[in-house]
Amino acid sequence: MTLHTGSTAPADADRRAALRAGGGLGLLGALTALGLLPPSAVRAEWTRAGFDAKSVAQALSDAGLGGGVNAEQIQLEAPEIAENGAVVPIRVFTSLAGVDRIAILVEKNPTILSSVFELPDGTEPSIVTRVKMAETCRLIAAVRSDAKVYLASKEVKVTLGGCGG
Amino acid sequence: MGDPMKIKAALMDGVTEVKVLMRHPMETGLRKDESGALVPAWFITEVTATHVDRVVLRAQFGTSVARNPYLAFRFKGGQPGDRITVSWVDSKGDRRSDEATIG
Repeated sequence: MTLHTGSTAPADADRRAALRAGGGLGLLGALTALGLLPPSAVRAEWTRAGFDAKSVAQALSDAGLGGGVNAEQIQLEAPEIAENGAVVPIRVFTSLAGVDRIAILVEKNPTILSSVFELPDGTEPSIVTRVKMAETCRLIAAVRSDAKVYLASKEVKVTLGGCGG
Repeated sequence: MGDPMKIKAALMDGVTEVKVLMRHPMETGLRKDESGALVPAWFITEVTATHVDRVVLRAQFGTSVARNPYLAFRFKGGQPGDRITVSWVDSKGDRRSDEATIG
């Protein structure tokens, strides 16, 4: 999925956000997000490219981050042991230049793709955030720099899973 | 319209660091409540951060993002007093936008 970073006028940003919010649900979702249909018209099941993938490879490919190689220049910081899988901090950063996209994945979650970040020029390739983990597994970071994709991963042991169920 | 976000923005050595704490249950749709019923999925799907009128970060979130999402990122530039705006949209179409100034 390509996010266009043309006009940054607030009205355009809102319109694009509304269109993207409904994008994974097709026309019904888009019209609903734009306020042209009542929310009941939206399907309960939320599917978007990458977020319904059932493998790491599929999630990466769907998110435009396929074909990556492991690289030491990608730093992934996360705890060795997470007492509470519901809130696991992660930091992803790199010394690589020209980074425009970063994704964070949780290998054994029902939803593997956690988040995807688009970085305009001038935004540093450094993200700190928190994921949910259902069980002990690897966290994976994918970083796109000058159209090439680089990966790093780290196993986090989870003593109390955080996805519910 | 959800609960307000906490946003901090600080300038150091020509780089602005933004830290955001969003308030949102980020329900996965897999959790059961006390009666055993599934709590429906309800989560932030998109986040946009702007510095004055320029987008500095866009993010797509899914159900593997922790409750009350935290996000910290950095961008070159910025001056004390500049406005930072963070906005989100969630899976029900609810929206939230909050501002802070660079300190």
